[in-house]
Amino acid sequence: MHNWRQPGFWVSFLLVFLGGLVVLVLRQDTLRETAFTILMFVGLAASLNILMGYTGYVNFGHIVFFGLGGYFGFFLVSELGWPLYVAALGGGVLSAIIAYLIGCAVLRLRGAYFALATIGVNEAARAFVSNFEPFGGATGLYVNFSAYERYGGAGQALWLTFILLWLVALAVVVVSYLVKRSRFGLGLSAIREDEDTAMVMGVNAPMDKTKAFLISAFFPGLIGTLYFFKNGNVEPDDAFRFQMSLEVLVMVMLGGKGLLLGPILGAFAYERLRGYLIVSPIFKNLHLALSGGILLLIVLFVPGGGVGWFRDRFPRLRRWLE
Amino acid sequence: MTQILPSIVDGLLIGFVYGVAAMGLTLIWGVMRVINLGHGATMALGMFCTYLLFAHFALNPYLGMVAVVILSLLFGVIIYGVALQRVIQAGYLSTLLATFAVNMIIIGLGTWVFTTSPRNIDFSAGSITIGPVILQGTRLLAALAAVVITGALYLFLHFTRPGKAIRAVSNNRAAAELMGIPSSYVLALAFGLGTMLAAVAGGLTSTFFPFTILSGSTYQLKSFVICVLGGLGNPLGALLGGLFLGGLEGIIPTFMPVSWVPVVEFVLFVLVLVVKPTGLLGSK
Repeated sequence: MHNWRQPGFWVSFLLVFLGGLVVLVLRQDTLRETAFTILMFVGLAASLNILMGYTGYVNFGHIVFFGLGGYFGFFLVSELGWPLYVAALGGGVLSAIIAYLIGCAVLRLRGAYFALATIGVNEAARAFVSNFEPFGGATGLYVNFSAYERYGGAGQALWLTFILLWLVALAVVVVSYLVKRSRFGLGLSAIREDEDTAMVMGVNAPMDKTKAFLISAFFPGLIGTLYFFKNGNVEPDDAFRFQMSLEVLVMVMLGGKGLLLGPILGAFAYERLRGYLIVSPIFKNLHLALSGGILLLIVLFVPGGGVGWFRDRFPRLRRWLE
Repeated sequence: MTQILPSIVDGLLIGFVYGVAAMGLTLIWGVMRVINLGHGATMALGMFCTYLLFAHFALNPYLGMVAVVILSLLFGVIIYGVALQRVIQAGYLSTLLATFAVNMIIIGLGTWVFTTSPRNIDFSAGSITIGPVILQGTRLLAALAAVVITGALYLFLHFTRPGKAIRAVSNNRAAAELMGIPSSYVLALAFGLGTMLAAVAGGLTSTFFPFTILSGSTYQLKSFVICVLGGLGNPLGALLGGLFLGGLEGIIPTFMPVSWVPVVEFVLFVLVLVVKPTGLLGSK
């Protein structure tokens, strides 16, 4: 298992691990909320990276899995009274199943068609959930407070959610690494570079793409359940915010797609930047245009993202910046 | 029955406009293999351009369309030069993200300038009654404009030198370059034309529906569905697909809630992709 001695993996893993640990040691509520948002985006960006970075397929609807899985998990916790752990897993599994079904249908096709479909899926999912009565229709669902009691009151429940989210974010990092280093991951890179050649060389492209999509969709479902449980309610406009899909995309590009550390740093940097912009009087109304500007500059001039740029510039650091 | 007929006719008239929007998308795809994700935002700009001319200069919206045509053509060429030229050879991921970034910038700036409060153009062109069907003047004129534009586009593509160059590049870019066609100009022109079609469609829509700067995304989605129905890269298919979708939108609300329309459209979209990805007309 020489793979585990790769310093690049440990840099990413320890970054997320220590970040969460600091919050747990300090035990401040405001710090936890900030860290929750950052870890959430780390998880979302890193899971999107499994499809987008490794396989080169843009998914504009990553947040659909966050929304649908979150809705389902929330429904299990709040309406059926399932334990949070099981419900979160349920949300993840549902997301994965939906991704598998969509993937089987659409991933036989090449890049551009897939991207089109992922834009449509967001609107369709929002419209579907808004009309779906068991999920509360357009008004959404509210948490049943007895669900918090089980974990020793609302305050304790929030800490528990945070710890679970932290573990999920770590799991995303580990899984991303395992996928990247595996034979399967090599197949994905081959698809990204040249799909036809990959298929001639024996990569089962449709199957591998679908698997990557499935893995990438599983985690948002988990994260969604935790997020909505923490918020105490879930509604269609909150669950399927197209803008959030975009932000996650910008994070991956900002940090560097296809790298392990890229999405983590990208999510962190973007969140901090947004936090600053929202309170700044000049930029608070412009932050969408500004993220667009950042994205355009990255696509045109630094396609490898921040971490990718460092890797190109300083080859010696490559071992560390996986 | 008395209810269905008027709503189908209404839907078909709107379908013409959908068709024009989708033609813009399909033209850009056909020529340069780029899916323009700034399409919806461009439509919204077309709406606002028509609105501003109407509200501030009391310009008839159909005369205003001339200004929209010129401005959007220029705008498209500029967008191509700034955001696309560098990445045109780099593959889907880059071009999708680049046009997407343009979309975010337009929407972000637009939200800042115009806010997201709904606007509408208070313009009436009378109406014609034929039996149970009432045809609203604005929709009739919009459909007429759509037909004229389609005809003009056809003539341009088939009987002028730049039009022929566009078709040549669309067929085979390398061969066209060998024949001395400056493909970079041609691509810029094609992108300008596609942007223009989107903006004009937006302008026409603004005469019969209220809109905000965010409205474009709904129409963009419809354009995708239409393009896939008609076959990506096929302008005639786009027009027929537009009529089909418009008619469908007319029929659906007569037997199920309107809010289900996007779900039905998306299911249709996926079905077409799975069963016949070249579109119902099956080009190439």
